[in-house]
Amino acid sequence: MAAQVKIRGKLKDGVAQVKSLMPHPMETGTQRDPAGNLIPAHYIDKVTCYRNDQEVLSADFGASVSKDPYFAFKVKNCAPGDVIKVTWVDNKGETSSGELVLK
Amino acid sequence: MNINRRKWLGSMLALGGTALLPMRLFADTAAAFKATSADVALKALFGDLPMEESPAINFKVPDIAENGAVVPVSVSTDIEGVQSITIVVDENPNPLSASFNISPDAIADISTRVKMGKSSKVRALVRTPDKVYVASQEVKVTIGGCGG
Repeated sequence: MAAQVKIRGKLKDGVAQVKSLMPHPMETGTQRDPAGNLIPAHYIDKVTCYRNDQEVLSADFGASVSKDPYFAFKVKNCAPGDVIKVTWVDNKGETSSGELVLK
Repeated sequence: MNINRRKWLGSMLALGGTALLPMRLFADTAAAFKATSADVALKALFGDLPMEESPAINFKVPDIAENGAVVPVSVSTDIEGVQSITIVVDENPNPLSASFNISPDAIADISTRVKMGKSSKVRALVRTPDKVYVASQEVKVTIGGCGG
């Protein structure tokens, strides 16, 4: 079970300023372990952000996004009580998400 | 009979068209991420859209990155009608790092962190319906943190 997305944010003048951190190894597939074996590629390739189940932003990642990807974004027309959700899927089909209720 | 047939043909064509479009886009994105040269990746993403340098992109990356594994990148812009923001590290084995699709409810202002194998030009590309705006900066990666 992949670790949850850590998500923080604040609401200012109807704009949600959100910061998210997705714990993930983001292996490129070119690194070797101490025994000299190639470590298979394992990285998040799709991130989707929702406001109250409506998609507002999405991202396609390559393996060259840093380990434990950090992603900050802003969403317009938000109100207190709105739920911002960030989900990801990696190249092995694993998935995880995190939620934030704006106040 | 004939009219029905025509209608049927028309609707099938329309269906086929809408079904094919997202698939094609998906294939292009996949190809773009696999590309080993920045030009090929950009061609796959943007096709023949004209590109133009733009001072309206606020592109923040460090001039010198002490640690190539974690290079902070921020892109924001006031350009109207932004559809996506793309980050490309020219000298990486797969230059395309990340591409963000911006809906009308999101603001074109994103930050993330990327890996860099060595010193390289880093580019931010802002896509609008009829043009791609570009900002770029050289980023020097100091290996081992010795100031090399």
